[in-house]
Amino acid sequence: MMVSKPALRGKRPKVLVLRAPGTNCDMETALAFKRVGGEPELVSIADFKAAKVRLMEFSVVAIPGGFSYGDDVGAGKILANQVKLYMKEIRNFVRLGRPVIGICNGFQALVKAGLLPFSAAGEQTASFTANDSGRFESRWVHLRLNTQSMCLWTQGLPEMIELPVAHGEGKLVLKSPRHLEELKKNKSIALQYVSDDGKLLGYPHNPNGSVFNIAGLTNPEGNCLGLMPHPERFTVRHHHPNWTRQTFMKEGVGLEMFRNAVKYCQS
Amino acid sequence: MTECRAAPSDGGALRFTVLPPKELKELGDKLGWSLNSAELEAIRSYFKKVGREPTRGEVETIAQTWSEHCKHKTFNGPIRYSDGKKTQLIRSLFAETIVKATQGLSKPWCLSVFKDNAGIVSFGKGGRWALAVKVETHNHPCAVEPYGGAETGIGGVIRDVLGAGLGAKPVLNTDTFCLARPDYAGALPEGALHPVRTLRGVVAGVRDYGNRMGIPTAGGGLWFDDDYRLNPLVFCGTVGVLPTWAVRKEVKPGDLIVAVGGPTGRDGLHGATFSSATLEGESDRTAVQIGHPLNEKRVLDAMMIARDRKLYRAVTDCGAGGFSSAIGELAKDCGARVELSGAPVKCSDLEPWEIWLSEAQERMVLAVPRKSYAELEKLFHAEGTGCSILGEFTDSGRLVVTLKGAPVADLDMGFLHDGMPKVERRAVWTNGSKPKPRPCGRKSGAADRGRLGSILIRMLGHLNVCSREWVIRQYDYEVQAGTVIKPLQGLRHDGPGDACVIWPAAATGEWEDLSGFSVGHGLNPSYGRLDPYWMAMCCADEALRNLLCVGADISKAVFLDNFCWASPEVPEQLGGLVRAALGCHDAAKGYSVPFISGKDSLYNQSRDEKGRDLAIPGTVLITAMAPVQDITRSVTMDFKGPGNSLFLVGVTKDETGGSLLSQMESCGGEVPKPDPKAAIKAFKAVAGAISKKLVLSAHDLSEGGLGVAVAEMAFSGESGATIELDQVLTSPAMLPDETTLFSESPSRVLLEVSPKDDVALMRALKGVPARRIGSTTANPLIKVSGFDGSIVLETLLVDLKTAWQKTLPELLK
Repeated sequence: MMVSKPALRGKRPKVLVLRAPGTNCDMETALAFKRVGGEPELVSIADFKAAKVRLMEFSVVAIPGGFSYGDDVGAGKILANQVKLYMKEIRNFVRLGRPVIGICNGFQALVKAGLLPFSAAGEQTASFTANDSGRFESRWVHLRLNTQSMCLWTQGLPEMIELPVAHGEGKLVLKSPRHLEELKKNKSIALQYVSDDGKLLGYPHNPNGSVFNIAGLTNPEGNCLGLMPHPERFTVRHHHPNWTRQTFMKEGVGLEMFRNAVKYCQS
Repeated sequence: MTECRAAPSDGGALRFTVLPPKELKELGDKLGWSLNSAELEAIRSYFKKVGREPTRGEVETIAQTWSEHCKHKTFNGPIRYSDGKKTQLIRSLFAETIVKATQGLSKPWCLSVFKDNAGIVSFGKGGRWALAVKVETHNHPCAVEPYGGAETGIGGVIRDVLGAGLGAKPVLNTDTFCLARPDYAGALPEGALHPVRTLRGVVAGVRDYGNRMGIPTAGGGLWFDDDYRLNPLVFCGTVGVLPTWAVRKEVKPGDLIVAVGGPTGRDGLHGATFSSATLEGESDRTAVQIGHPLNEKRVLDAMMIARDRKLYRAVTDCGAGGFSSAIGELAKDCGARVELSGAPVKCSDLEPWEIWLSEAQERMVLAVPRKSYAELEKLFHAEGTGCSILGEFTDSGRLVVTLKGAPVADLDMGFLHDGMPKVERRAVWTNGSKPKPRPCGRKSGAADRGRLGSILIRMLGHLNVCSREWVIRQYDYEVQAGTVIKPLQGLRHDGPGDACVIWPAAATGEWEDLSGFSVGHGLNPSYGRLDPYWMAMCCADEALRNLLCVGADISKAVFLDNFCWASPEVPEQLGGLVRAALGCHDAAKGYSVPFISGKDSLYNQSRDEKGRDLAIPGTVLITAMAPVQDITRSVTMDFKGPGNSLFLVGVTKDETGGSLLSQMESCGGEVPKPDPKAAIKAFKAVAGAISKKLVLSAHDLSEGGLGVAVAEMAFSGESGATIELDQVLTSPAMLPDETTLFSESPSRVLLEVSPKDDVALMRALKGVPARRIGSTTANPLIKVSGFDGSIVLETLLVDLKTAWQKTLPELLK
């Protein structure tokens, strides 16, 4: 498949940070893009409904975390329907190769809108359910990146990274075992929860009980990423829980993900 | 729109002025006004002068405005206080203690104190930003319905901050719970909830509301005492950030009164609960308000945009009393004309006074210039929340309320706000009447080696010390990406941090400014059982040390007070409350830290299963907040590695009264007594050492004293420690090892310092009592040598940590 670069290249690529009632992580996500040279704009889903904005004017789309519409009928479900209804061009946006990221609630919405795992037919083949622990949980996790994946968001990052998760409905489930095989084959599993020595282990290393420890998915082309962990919460080293132990002297690894997308648009 | 049910049709004029006093009091009690006879007479004479009968809406408005909840009669009224030696008249406890101390200090960075919905202080570099902070209690609702009570508790305090100045963006929530032990096995009266159910409910309430609002809950505490079993305490706090230009609000006559947020229903209507005398089986219908975080999030998001576009001139939240108190407050100095038909309602059969008084959640009232209204309405509707005109502010000095033109209330503002007769209460403080237990501090001996270790392990597993990870992890404590020092600290992110540090860069957008702030807490009702004065002092001291230990600038700290007490009509109870307030005054003066906001919750007592009055232990929560000038210099409490020096700052005295040791060993002693002048000098020296990057870790000594503090630092950092008790500065010079290890003398902190900085640290701490008492080790155990040099405690870190971690999970399995 042809992957074309964003139509509107420029010094500061325009980043659409999507808001819906109950979106929480919009400001820090926008700040992360701003710090790496993006030009973020908070756009409400209502603006799409009122046809006030045009998706194709943006170079990047980010769907941040939160509890959209209170998550009252399942995490991200209503937002997913709204995206399908009012942002019809989003599939085209992905197909054109422009960067899209869904974080936490945004990942849940991408999955429930049938955008991830990505298929030509656009059918939904995965979903989320309550954490195995039965509780909302906040904790930092170790993640292993799929170095064979095409994902542009994670290019050049170390194979093992740390990010925080905070969710109650983060357990990814797939429609059938066949779909897992497909994800493996297409190198679409971008991130997995692992122990600090890189093993696929259970709770608390896998904080929610996701199938095959999946923490993030990408489309085979690698421009659309969904993940439960929060990269926008590790954009300075002082975000790390152990920075006072002086074992993490570098900038937060999450910022690199946003930088990758912005650089990709600039090149 | 639905019709909820037929409402009692007593909404019109009352036969108020002609009723005999006794019948009037009965009517008031029946309708749930909680007005005493003197207040009823004051209302009667007002309406006699006016020359007509009051409407139900008018009396309800006055009853709300004059309630203990809104007017704080006890704190603002005269008290004749006797402490056994002399009797004095306190004209206003609030004015003569807390306000007086703050006024005396007159700190320039306090931008708004006691006036607004929250205290406001300046923040960050360049004076462009300010922080609004408020801590509220929601005790009575949480006793009835823990989940809903906690939800609306946190929802309410968020609105307080949203209604401070022209509205602050919340960046931190805190929660503190005082409950009976989850394994309480005693009897409970009918209808009382078991403490496990209360604990699960209040945690879930704070979690579901706070997480959905996108505000990190990253501070607070838990305290267990069985005397809270009928009256659990739930403290909810919020800190918000606002631009300095938005600190002031003003109302101009002609401005529109605009209600934004959710519709109005019959929820949280105090009068209605009593009207159920004629409607059996519906008494719980309106007891607790219904929380809806998504609605509040919509209001928050719309308000922040409207504020920055300057579409309104003033704002306040709808809390107790609903529209009546919100509009009454805003119109205090001018007047208002309200037409209730503008209010969106949940059901069509609300009585006019019910609309006026409803405590339906998620509503704010704004003062909006006429020319801005259209834009404002569009904005709120775009966010999917309500916006409607309720009337206008006037210069009449009157509050006039109508529904479709028919009068609901027409009151003089002066009478409404200042017409309440003052009641003089009596307070008595008696000390020393309680039997004295065996003094703590057994002599050391060969057998102590096992004994002190076993005490330490039991202390770490004690409910008031043990790990709160089960609670903390349910909160999204990192949303907004500003929690740079987290509530859980250490190598494995599970140690007990002293306080969080928040860097509100996402809210301000100024990521190059490394200014942050920290919030700490002090609460210890066990000391209060001995003397509420010293309890207040100790709480202030501990809250400050929480801040000190993460590297905050305590010279710019502020305090908030939350008093929870039993009935102030019992002179002995009120005596304790006066003692606590005097303690707050002296703490503020002594530490040079002003109070900027506070709240009291009284009448926390209920009939137990045998029909006796069970009062809560008098409780003060002191919340302290201070700026962190540079978040990259913050410190955590976990040991950073082996071979470092351990310095204990402060003097250890024979102060075991109310201590954890006294509870575990059934012994007693003197209640801890801080010396604020000496303490603040030491704190400033420690702060100086931290800012010079001399300190690797810092932890305050609180429940369980030195023993618990060393253990927590050690297992959090996975380094062992050796401690030499003969090096500890004590007064008198010789104390039993048990006392040195577990005394709870205030104002002490333990510091870990690289040995190459030993000299520099001692130089920084010149003139301050401080001594090197040991070092960190690679051996994973704690080894303590006693006064005579023999080993008195030797325990593996894994045993200490296991004991500390297992308590709550086992009880809440």
